[in-house]
Amino acid sequence: MNRYVYILSLFICWAAVFSSTVYADEFIVAQNNKTFKKDGKKIESITIKKGDTIRFKNEDPFFHNIFSLSDLKTFDLGSFPKGQSKTVVFDKAGTVEVECAIHPEMYMEVTIE
Amino acid sequence: MKLTTIARDVTYTCLFFMSTLMITNASVAATDINKYLRPAEIPQPSNNLITESRIELGKMLFFDPRLSGSNWISCATCHNPALGWSDGLPTAIGHGQKVLGRSTPTILNTAYQPLQFWDGRARSLEKQALGPIESAGEMAQSIGKSEGKLQSLIDELSALKGYRDAFEKAYPGEGITKKTIAKAIASFERTIVSTDSPFDLWIKGEKHAMNDAALRGFKVFEGKGNCVKCHNGFNFTDNGFHNIGLKDASDAGRYAIRKVKILIGAFKTPTLRDVALTAPYMHNGAYKTLEEVVDHYDRGGVTKENLSPNITKLNLTAREKSDLVEFLKSLTGAPNPITYPVLPTE
Ligand code: HEC
Ligand code: HEC
Ligand SMILES: [Cu+2]
Repeated sequence: MNRYVYILSLFICWAAVFSSTVYADEFIVAQNNKTFKKDGKKIESITIKKGDTIRFKNEDPFFHNIFSLSDLKTFDLGSFPKGQSKTVVFDKAGTVEVECAIHPEMYMEVTIE
Repeated sequence: MKLTTIARDVTYTCLFFMSTLMITNASVAATDINKYLRPAEIPQPSNNLITESRIELGKMLFFDPRLSGSNWISCATCHNPALGWSDGLPTAIGHGQKVLGRSTPTILNTAYQPLQFWDGRARSLEKQALGPIESAGEMAQSIGKSEGKLQSLIDELSALKGYRDAFEKAYPGEGITKKTIAKAIASFERTIVSTDSPFDLWIKGEKHAMNDAALRGFKVFEGKGNCVKCHNGFNFTDNGFHNIGLKDASDAGRYAIRKVKILIGAFKTPTLRDVALTAPYMHNGAYKTLEEVVDHYDRGGVTKENLSPNITKLNLTAREKSDLVEFLKSLTGAPNPITYPVLPTE
């Protein structure tokens, strides 16, 4: 097989497998091994700016949920499987507690400045 | 090279690349059995470390029927060590022979659980312990204040020198209080941990500890049966909450504690250790045997409303089902008889 075709194929595959795009005001928080992780490290809190987005990305082979019953912002993103992600825009300053309803040990605090 | 050939090659390489990825993932999952190994230590809070005298006191309290209003029901009436620390009933029977709404879970390995009760409403064994004593349905005993003819538990215990001494030894200077009662019971419960089962011996390298059917069942458990998505790790639980589609869906479960839709009818994933000893099964005692439990999962649950997306029809063969049951039986630990304490009478 033509070498260029081979390289092109690998590139397309790579793009297909790792197609998560990063935006400037978007933070990616992974749901991994029943913890919240940022850049591969477990986190229990994160500080962001008003208007920023957090993309919660499930990397475990089972479903996760994301919800908050905080006064500042309440939401329930349902449950989603490995590879899928859901976003939340934090549009008011303050703190929001984020949890996974399925696994209560998955808990983090978002501080919005 | 024609465009169609290029497209074909691209597709083939992609398929090849992706299948390699999948194969590596699958083999990693199948060989990672270390996650089932016993943790090095029993988790315990720093303000209530386990000591001999605390265990001894907790054991006395656990087996003492005077902890109930009727002086007739002890923790061990429902959490009976001869019945896998449960009661063999579909749902518990409490004060005044009242049939309660939920089944009695084993207290085996509760030390490893971050949340207690079927709905996880207690955050520790200490917080859990006083619940059943005061609950009108369970033991119906006031702890702190004597009411009319009914002497409070603290008064009852304080009248006995045997208990006064035992509390002083376990918690010097702290007295007989709600706090020390709860702490002592929790300390005892933390020592009720599973013993090595054939499965444990097998993961430690004893090749013939498990029979062939159980070994095949372990493969089904981790593979086609998908059980491991929720029953995972040393204690065979993700400590999570799921609605697995039981027939009687009247109990709100975890939803009463956290108002999130997926929690309607969701209950805590129970441990599977010693599970062969604790029939009937589920929070409502819906199933009498492990065979019935496996049939439930094979069908993908009965009630589909708000069903966990991790529960799907499995299409297991008859042999796969019986292998799975054999595997569950291989989680029964070596017998670990317990001696009853002699309770203070003065
Ligand atoms: C009348 C029967 C009964 C008595 C007596 C009783 N329990 Fe229970 N126990 C239950 C039931 C039923 C549950 C589950 C209740 C629920 O989840 O809502 C339970 C739950 C528990 C749990 C949580 C286990 C888990 O896996 O979540 C622990 C720990 C426990 N009991 C300890 C005790 C202790 C300690 C005592 C004595 C102070 C006691 N129980 C007395 C019936 C009883
Ligand atoms: C979606 C998560 C999930 C999956 C997948 C799952 N379970 Fe469960 N399991 C649970 C929960 C939650 C309960 C308790 C449900 C209730 O009482 O409402 C439970 C209960 C049980 C019980 C009863 C234990 C007891 O003490 O009452 C057994 C046995 C069991 N599961 C075995 C299995 C087997 C075998 C499989 C694979 C075929 C499996 N489970 C798959 C979550 C799950
Ligand atoms: Cu989760």
